[in-house]
Amino acid sequence: MYNLKKTLLAVFILGLPFWLHAQTEKDSSRVLKEVILKGKPYQEVIPVQSLSGVVLDKLASHNVADALRYFAGTQIKDYGGVGGLKTVDVRNMGTHHVGVFYDGIQLGNAQNGVTDLGKYSLDDMESLTMYNGQKSEIFQSAKDFASASAIYLKTKRPVFVGDKKTNLLVRYKTMSINYHDPSFRWEQKLSEKVSMSVSSEYIKSNGQYKFRYKRKNLDGSTAYDTTATRWNSDIEALRFESGIYGKINNGSWDAKVYYYDSERGAPGAIVENKFRDGFRQFDKNFFGQVFLTKDVSEKYKFQLKGKFAYDYTHYIARDTTNVLGETVTEGVQSDDSYYQQETYFSAVNMYSILPTWDVSLSTDFQYNKLNATRRGIQTQFSFPTRYTALVSLATSYRYEGFKVLGNVLATRVIEEVKYNAKAPNKTEFTPALFLGYTPFKKYDFNLRAFAKRIFRMPTFNDLYYTMVGSSTLRPEYMNQYDVGFTYNFSVKESFLDKFSIQADGYYTYTKDKIVAAPTGNLFRWMMTNIGQVKGKGIETVVNLGTHIHKVNLDANLTYTYSQSQDFTKVSGLQMSSYGDQIPYTPWHSGSGILNAGYESWNFNYSFIYVGKRYNGNVNNIKVNEVQPWYTHDLAVQKSFIFKKYKLNAMVEVNNAFNQQYEVIYNYPMPGRTFKFIIGFEL
Amino acid sequence: MKKSFIKIIISLFTAIVLVSCREDETIFLSSDTNVAVPKEDGNIEGFYLLNEGNMGMNRASIDVFNYRTGNYTTDVYSERNPSVVKELGDVGNDIQIYGNKVYAVINVSNKVEVLEKWTAKRIKKIDIPNCRYVTFYKDKAYVSSYSGPVAINPNAEIGFVAEIDTTSLEIKRKVTVGYQPEQMVVHNGKLYVANSGGYRVPNYDRTVSVIDLETFTEIKKIDVGINLYSMEIDSRGDIYVSSRGDYYNTQPNLFVIDTNTDEKKMQLDIPALGMCLVDDLLYYYSVSWSYLTNSNKITYGILDTKTKKIISDKIITDGTDKKIMIPYGLQVNPETKEIYITDAQNYVVTGYIYCFTPDGRLKWKTTAGNIPAHIAFITKK
Repeated sequence: MYNLKKTLLAVFILGLPFWLHAQTEKDSSRVLKEVILKGKPYQEVIPVQSLSGVVLDKLASHNVADALRYFAGTQIKDYGGVGGLKTVDVRNMGTHHVGVFYDGIQLGNAQNGVTDLGKYSLDDMESLTMYNGQKSEIFQSAKDFASASAIYLKTKRPVFVGDKKTNLLVRYKTMSINYHDPSFRWEQKLSEKVSMSVSSEYIKSNGQYKFRYKRKNLDGSTAYDTTATRWNSDIEALRFESGIYGKINNGSWDAKVYYYDSERGAPGAIVENKFRDGFRQFDKNFFGQVFLTKDVSEKYKFQLKGKFAYDYTHYIARDTTNVLGETVTEGVQSDDSYYQQETYFSAVNMYSILPTWDVSLSTDFQYNKLNATRRGIQTQFSFPTRYTALVSLATSYRYEGFKVLGNVLATRVIEEVKYNAKAPNKTEFTPALFLGYTPFKKYDFNLRAFAKRIFRMPTFNDLYYTMVGSSTLRPEYMNQYDVGFTYNFSVKESFLDKFSIQADGYYTYTKDKIVAAPTGNLFRWMMTNIGQVKGKGIETVVNLGTHIHKVNLDANLTYTYSQSQDFTKVSGLQMSSYGDQIPYTPWHSGSGILNAGYESWNFNYSFIYVGKRYNGNVNNIKVNEVQPWYTHDLAVQKSFIFKKYKLNAMVEVNNAFNQQYEVIYNYPMPGRTFKFIIGFEL
Repeated sequence: MKKSFIKIIISLFTAIVLVSCREDETIFLSSDTNVAVPKEDGNIEGFYLLNEGNMGMNRASIDVFNYRTGNYTTDVYSERNPSVVKELGDVGNDIQIYGNKVYAVINVSNKVEVLEKWTAKRIKKIDIPNCRYVTFYKDKAYVSSYSGPVAINPNAEIGFVAEIDTTSLEIKRKVTVGYQPEQMVVHNGKLYVANSGGYRVPNYDRTVSVIDLETFTEIKKIDVGINLYSMEIDSRGDIYVSSRGDYYNTQPNLFVIDTNTDEKKMQLDIPALGMCLVDDLLYYYSVSWSYLTNSNKITYGILDTKTKKIISDKIITDGTDKKIMIPYGLQVNPETKEIYITDAQNYVVTGYIYCFTPDGRLKWKTTAGNIPAHIAFITKK
């Protein structure tokens, strides 16, 4: 069975270059069009990957996490299913070292540092951009300087064609599993300078899908082969967003509110004799944010940002079973609610000393508070509050083919607690230096290098979690070095409309990594700073664009090689896994997107490959091996235009070859799934 | 030129895709290592070692040591029971041999796995939620469980002990004991259960439940100390029960219960976490976290149960103890007095088993599974 699939795949992929080649003869008119994954122009001295426009629209992915898989160097930890947790890790530095920015302001979670990207819909997304190090500019808030990698989610801003004053989009999605997802987006022009948008989405699904576990004896006979249903993977979620966007003299402003409310099952690991459980999770997330920027003069400009966020999470684990006719508890019970508040302000000033020399000063202030009610837990919750001040001084300088960008970030953290020991206040200074060089005037060939030191603060859970947290934790430091290039080939004399290649090699060193250290009791861990990880890797991205008659073709291919070794010692002793690749880190991974557009038709094929890796038992030995997985997604879209209205219909197949795979060990992923989308635009 | 470049890129991409494709997954295979010189004499043929496996990993596994061959074989369950879907299960917590059956208590898989003593083939799976330890008396097995009647608050459930008929392997009766019951011993028709109250930090349970096995009712609760865990009984009827302390101010401790009076009779002020009693000697170890140094303090010792005096503050005498990260399992061969200590490492990675001579010198060491912990000797007949 697999052999057939392998062969088909091989034929398809091996045939691709010849097919592309064959098309060259027919080359005729040249059409400029959207580029898939942009290698940004030289002014960006930092490795960047971006998904936007038509490709993002047509991709058979519906949440941010699924789309981020197509970037080189990212790994998504996906626990499976519609409502399953999805977090992103860049260059294997850990999810805590990725800053995720929603319309310019960071999404925070002071409690556990985890941002579930499965919750963010792609429907209203204009672009996803990922930077290694930080965004390639200095006119940005101190927070933008404060993570080892940064991902920017940019939502759509209203655009009105001609004298249109209203845009309306109504959509409905459904799947071959039980799934209903109606949504709408309404944009209104309020005046020449002000417009607004309102969008909302409702998702309801029982989340049930089939998965299969199968093992063979050495002689090839079947040892076991079982197909089961993933239970407790249901979700009901409502998202509401509204933004207002305005222009002022030499500047702009916007304000938005976001509300997300969901109830979902949080299914656990599938283990022997336990194929279902009933953990539930309830979320309410609200944030409101404002942004203002203005160029006061040729030389001076500023921006202001503010945000308030409130997050409520409620976990319930109350599984029961039956023993001798009596209902009894099964496993640990819990019923915990957490309430987080975040308030954030930022002011950025930039001054151009010379046309080639800019300096900026960014000052951010953030307030975080975590409250909790935990039924049945008798220890005192700490009720921590954290005040963070960040100041970044940055400069950029250009000289002929050179560009230098450097900054120093100062961070001051003050903590308060109502009960238990508080973490000491902390002051940190961390620098970053970025260099870019364009050696040839004739070629669009850019070299770059950077070195950045940054840290992540221990989360509230690291510091204060009952019996596990340790308030004496220090920050976890990340040193990152990168060398790379981008080359945009001249496409004048070829059949291609676009051809670019970028490659980066990196080295990372994590010092004082916050890890759970063992104690005498298996159920009792202590958070410590003993971890040490060294990583290196290569990331490559190739973009191609061409057209054959009226068929526009875009292709984006990535390949990542990564090595990340754990050199942690416990009490001065090397663990049995010393020097092994860290869990869930493939040596080889890659992705491909192929998009073809013909008049009102669009065809999208996308592919993800994640190679062999080892599971959470760390040691690089056979029993801990996790199989490679690769999925093929296909989407076909057709739009119909009736006078002023536009109708879009789309059919998708996810995991077309129905591969039974796991991203995280014992968390089975869905097999082949069909998705149907219909959209109506006014 | 450019076209060939594209071809190269795409071919490379193709190559990667095709190089490492998925293979059919086979059952988990055992592996053999010769660690000791074969030994012909004695009644003990070998032992089973249960590796707990970290929670959620479904990697509880059983290793076998054979004295006759001197071979240590890891992970035999899957090979001997290839048709059991998802193998042995999640978090093994205890293994004991009684009669011709092996009882492996698999905590998160909510079951007791009953195997044939010589082949390790499954006889039956007995469903008991959140099961912890097993002990035996006459034709019954007794299994402690954290599960209890659903209470309004989480963690307020009172645990039980289930009685299993060792012939039919059915649960016959159950009795409610204390909060989160752990190890048990039987004496004079009574079952003594150490209640930990581990879910109820910092208000731990501090009692030993005394169960009359005839009526299967709790006849007494003996107030002993907080967070009780392991139990051993000597030939004179004294029960040794360890307290894990509260990890802050109350240190781990060891108490003695007099089974004549069913009262606590002594507090020995010995930090004991795990222990093993052979003849009149109680071997013990302790691991306690120090907030001052942010590291573990590990101690070992041997207690003479006749005099209740410590006769040694060492079990390992050749310095090998410095290489053991977290001692987790401790067992002494009752015939040869050889000492087995497992190293659970950080509970996540592969652990080790060490074998020491009776006077504490390293005899052999080998790699076990994830969290090697519990050892049951296989005797002839």
